[in-house]
This record gives sequence, structure tokens and C-alpha cells, in this order.
Amino acid sequence: MREALPLMWRNIAERYNLIGTHCATCGSNYYPQRKVCPKCRRKGQLEGRVFPGKGVILSSSQVFVSPKGFEHETPYWLAVVELDNHAKLLTQVVDSADDQVKAGARVEVVFRKIYEDSHEGAIAYGYKFKVVPGGK
Amino acid sequence: MRSVSVIGVGQTKFGEHWNDSLRDLVTDAGVAAISDANVEGKDVQAVFGGCMAAGRFIGQEHIGALLADQMGLNPLPAVRVEAACASGGVALRMGYLAVASGMYDVVAVAGVEKMTDVSTEDAAVALAGAGDQEWELFNGATFPAIYALMAQRHMLDFGTTEEQMALCAVKNHGHAVSNPYAQFRKAVSLEQVMDSGYIASPLKLLDCSPLTDGAAALVLCASEKASKFTDKPVDVMASTQASDTLALHERETLTGLKATQVAGRDAFKQAGISQKDVDVLECHDCFSIAQIMALEDLGFCRKGTGGKFVEEGRSDKDGEIPTNLSGGLKAVGHPVGASGVREAIDVVRQLRGDAPKEVQLKDAKIGVSHNVGGSGATVVVHAFKRGF
Repeated sequence: MREALPLMWRNIAERYNLIGTHCATCGSNYYPQRKVCPKCRRKGQLEGRVFPGKGVILSSSQVFVSPKGFEHETPYWLAVVELDNHAKLLTQVVDSADDQVKAGARVEVVFRKIYEDSHEGAIAYGYKFKVVPGGK
Repeated sequence: MRSVSVIGVGQTKFGEHWNDSLRDLVTDAGVAAISDANVEGKDVQAVFGGCMAAGRFIGQEHIGALLADQMGLNPLPAVRVEAACASGGVALRMGYLAVASGMYDVVAVAGVEKMTDVSTEDAAVALAGAGDQEWELFNGATFPAIYALMAQRHMLDFGTTEEQMALCAVKNHGHAVSNPYAQFRKAVSLEQVMDSGYIASPLKLLDCSPLTDGAAALVLCASEKASKFTDKPVDVMASTQASDTLALHERETLTGLKATQVAGRDAFKQAGISQKDVDVLECHDCFSIAQIMALEDLGFCRKGTGGKFVEEGRSDKDGEIPTNLSGGLKAVGHPVGASGVREAIDVVRQLRGDAPKEVQLKDAKIGVSHNVGGSGATVVVHAFKRGF
């Protein structure tokens, strides 16, 4: 799947800008984007919206055995982050001391390389998050 | 809908089968189940096969036709069912619906996966496809990592400990010692699990089920016709299934599987039983935390108390709900497309009195099998009762 360039290219705007879906009917926010609001279904009025790049870690795990393409970064931190508009996403957490990457920590988005397929392969970019020490 | 019975079961040994291909494995299991059921090939009317990722593991698709072909069952209709690690359980449910509906009297159900033909790294990528490819795997998530995120939050919210999780592995390995089909017939100590090194914190190597080759099969028959073939039918009391978001982060909670709660609740209702009536449980312990959450989500203990429940021995052989007496996915092994069928088979063995004597329960009448796809996006629950 990694080799499929259109797959990577198609999601660029959504990933680079943290664009999610807001449902004007019920107020829910979803990331990634959805075509149907699971709560309102066809009554949902969905619009793309740039989501806040700040949030809080709900859970974190340090990965020691990585999938292909992430070998050079191992070990690295993954977290489920709840953004300030209550949408949630899964992300790597970087540029942060190990003992700071824990539930409750405030984080903010950074733009990073995610992986490269091979020496001459395409490079995928996207969001990662970092802890804001003492952050509010 | 009419009543459906399991009239025969069979499986291969689970493990690394370097000399056997997918077709060898599934044929061996299918023939074993058909022999056990005492049916002839001509009695079988359709085939349902669970298989998650043969395309990635061995480059082979069109598994339905392959199954019928290799088992010598052409020209029967054959269907491959894919629901990640719940492929086997959903195949069983499709077979159940086909017989319950009255369309067929006898069908064969199989589950298979051949996982060790590729490197561990490639296997990890194939398995990660059970989650959300674009929004989990893309960001470096592995399956252990996704379950680790659930475990971490479970520890935080409920005080569950790494030792309590490790005990799931210790107990399941202890059970597998007597299981001739298990990949690891070897006891492990709490120290060994705790010292086994993080895969994704807080989950360690021995909290995780292994990569496994294997196949499992069973034969379903309309209950009204089962006596023609067997004097030990096991009746299907309930067959339920539920779905949830593919990605973990979009769920309402990280500390339980809503799909298990829904499928479990529906199964107890359909069977007309309560948790207290269940004599034996095979639950989907792909990771140790998954067993703790399954005991909670199926209602055998309160949310948050699963770790303590396991620690206190309440899911042991002589406890309130004997769990994974086969050894579970942890020690029996986890050929992802086969596990859902294997879980059902091990419940059936207990109800027939055919389990290894070291783990055979006395007079078990009702059992439940629980099969999870991905990190909980598909869950299948079956309830069985002794039909003789």
C-alpha cells in the first residue's frame, strides 16, 4: 500500500492542515474526514474545517518493534490525542522527554516527515505532536 | 429460523508449518471435521471459509473456490469471508445463517491463515491492515501499539497492573500444556512474562499472541437432522455480531470494546441465558489486555475489575468462568483467519467432553466463544449448549 502514490497525495491537504469534518447539525467533529455523520446520517450538514493544532494526550505507548519504514525512529511514541474541539486522532509524539509523554499532557502539532519508502522513494509528510511543557 | 447444531470439528496443529501450504492446512482441517461429523462429501451443500490476508501473506486470493476445490467439494458454492481476525467467527455466523434460514441442511465452515511464509516485518504490515491503513498504520501504529494504548488507559483509569495482564499469559500458557494442537505447550512464569521486553509499552513480548500457521473447521447441520450423523450434537444458542469504528481513536472509550458489549448483550438475550449460566468461555486474547477487557465487556465482571478478576483466579478452571482452557490465542497461536473457528471448536470440545483431561470441565453444558476483528471494529459472539 505504501507504494501507492495517489493514496498519499490524496490526503495531503487533510494531513498538512489538519482539516477534519464538522457536522453543523449536531456539532460533532471528526478526524479524518467523513462523508456521513454517524450520529445524524443524511440529516448531517458536513463541512471541512481546519482543526485546532492543540490538545491533550489520552493515552500513550512507546513502540519498540516498528512496522517497515519506521525502523530508524524506533523506539518512538504514539498517542491518542484529543484536540481542543474534542476530535481525536492517533499520532506520533516527538521532540519531548520520555517522562513527559503521558496522559493529561498538553501537546501541539508539528509538521514532520512520516516515512520514506526507500532511498529513491516518495517521502510522506504529515502531522506529529510535541508536548508543551507546563502547557495550558 | 430453525435450530442449528455443530456435528463435527477438526483442526491442524497450530504453529510454524514450513512444509505445509495454506491449501494443505485447510484441507487437513476440513477433512478432519467432515470425518468427525460422519458426513459424506455429498451431504455438504455449501462452504464458508474465513481468511484475513492470504493476498498479503501468500499472494493468493479467491480462497472460497480454493477451499471447495482442495476439499474435493466442487461444484458446491464456496464463499470466503474476511473480517480481519474475526474472519473465522464471521464465517461461522454466515454458515449458521445459511442453515438456520432453511437454505441448506449441512454446511462446512473453515478458517485458515498461513502467516510464516513472509518475514515478521511483512506480517506486521499485513496485520496492521486490520486497523485503519491511512490513519493508524500511516503514522507508525502496529497492532500491539493499538492495544497498548488501550492497556495504558485501562491502567490509568482502573489501576490495572502489568502483573495482572501478565497473569493472563501465564494462565493461558498453563492450559496449553495439555493441548495437542497448541503452538506453545509450555508453561511460562510471571517473571518470564515481566522480563520479556516491551513490544509497545506496557505490552511485552509475552503479552502478545504469536504469528501462526493453522486451520480449523467444523460442520453445521440443521438440528432436526443432526441425529442422522451424530449422537453428540452441540446446538448453537446464539450467533451475534457488531461493528465499531475501524480506528481506535474514533471510539467513545479506549478501555473497552463497544462491539463486544453489544454482541455479548445480544447473544445472552438471543440464547435466553445470563452470564451465570455459562460454564466455559473462549475469549479473544490477542493481547493480555484483550482478555481482561473481554471479561468486563461480556459482563462476567464489572468494567475496570477485570485485572483483579484474573488475579484472584475467578477466570481459572475452578473459578466462576473458566476462560481459555485451550490456552487461548496467546498459547494455542493465532492464525488470524482461523481463530474464530478454533475458539468455537474448543467450546464444543468442552461441551462434548472431548477436551484434554487436564482441562476438561465436569458436566459443562453451556459455552460462549468471542472473536474480535482488528482492535474491535468487528466482534462475533456465539453461545453453544450440549444437545445430548
